[in-house]
Amino acid sequence: MLEARGLACERGGRVLFRGLDLALAPGGAALVTGPNGAGKSSLLRVLAGLLPASAGTVAWTGRGEADFHYVGHADAVKPALSVSENLAFWVRLAGRGSAAAGLEAVGLTTLADLPARLLSAGQRRRLGLARLFAAPAPLWLLDEPTGGLDDAATDAVEHGLKAHIASGGAAVIATHIPLGIEPAHRIDLGAAVS
Amino acid sequence: MRTFLAVLRRDLALAGRQGGESGLALLFFVLGAVLFPLGLGSDPGPLAGAGSGLLWVVALLAALLSLERLFRADWEDGALDLLAARPEPLATVVLAKCAAHWLATGLPMTVVSALLGSMLAVPGERLGLLVLSFLAGTPALTLIGAAAAALTLGARLGGVLTAILVLPLYIPVLIFGAAAAEGRDGAFALLAALTLATLALAPAVASAALRHAVEQ
Repeated sequence: MLEARGLACERGGRVLFRGLDLALAPGGAALVTGPNGAGKSSLLRVLAGLLPASAGTVAWTGRGEADFHYVGHADAVKPALSVSENLAFWVRLAGRGSAAAGLEAVGLTTLADLPARLLSAGQRRRLGLARLFAAPAPLWLLDEPTGGLDDAATDAVEHGLKAHIASGGAAVIATHIPLGIEPAHRIDLGAAVS
Repeated sequence: MRTFLAVLRRDLALAGRQGGESGLALLFFVLGAVLFPLGLGSDPGPLAGAGSGLLWVVALLAALLSLERLFRADWEDGALDLLAARPEPLATVVLAKCAAHWLATGLPMTVVSALLGSMLAVPGERLGLLVLSFLAGTPALTLIGAAAAALTLGARLGGVLTAILVLPLYIPVLIFGAAAAEGRDGAFALLAALTLATLALAPAVASAALRHAVEQ
């Protein structure tokens, strides 16, 4: 589904990683770990096509190239729009799925009509993650998905992730916590650099 | 097309919801134009013949006001990353955002230009030309401004830099816009040609600049 070969990334003259290979089959997950600044976010941005790799290639096989969700540090939430309007925009862009299903999955249904500027940081994060469940895509690229979430929301994300993988989806996750899944690959960027 | 409509709809909702820059730009346009008759006194002499040119100058300055946040909000909150990660060309997003920006600023300015023109002693038979010149010229203000706003996205002092970058680029629009409003031969055709040229060029420039900002 996703195949990366010989990936290397440099930021500001510093080599974050090089010679990184990753092949994900449907139902596979890769856990990216490493200390702060090791290049976890950069790796995900390279995979999402948001950062040019200094060497190597990223290829999707099978489905359409952009059938993935990228969840970065920013939640892309518009404070002036309501919670459901925020999500409805991404659903409309994807051309499939439903905002209600996404809100349901992250437990924001009761806040659907609230202006997003009133959300707490954790609730905004949940709204950002709701895109995953509103418009399904075969590949998820998640950068610290559970940062700032409470236990219930973390459980919901874990649950959703397991269901996604069980149904043949793939995921690359940068995280510090185990997330209760058995990843097919572990990429420790801290070790790769030193 | 789906992307275009989705972004257009969201940006119009945002413009209506916040009132924000687009509302301010229109207000600035009206207030700026009202200042001239107040400053020059009740005698129409000094204003005669200068009204449409003055209005075009105020329109340029008002357009500047609304450019700062055009891409910056999306860039800061991460929405630009998500849009850039999608398969559709980023130029589609730029065009949709420009269309929303023009509908929220250029179009209302065009509508009130007739009223402001008569206040600035533009002769009645020229008011139609004035409105037409605004209709043909204000899209170019949005498009040129979008390219400049995208180019200055990563820079500190982005807002000031946008103004300095954009005002010289606005000069041709000002010249042909004011000339078209006075009914000079060929000016309207040149103004329309200018707008069409920016329609072809600006989205490509802006999307390349946005891509660069995302990859920082």
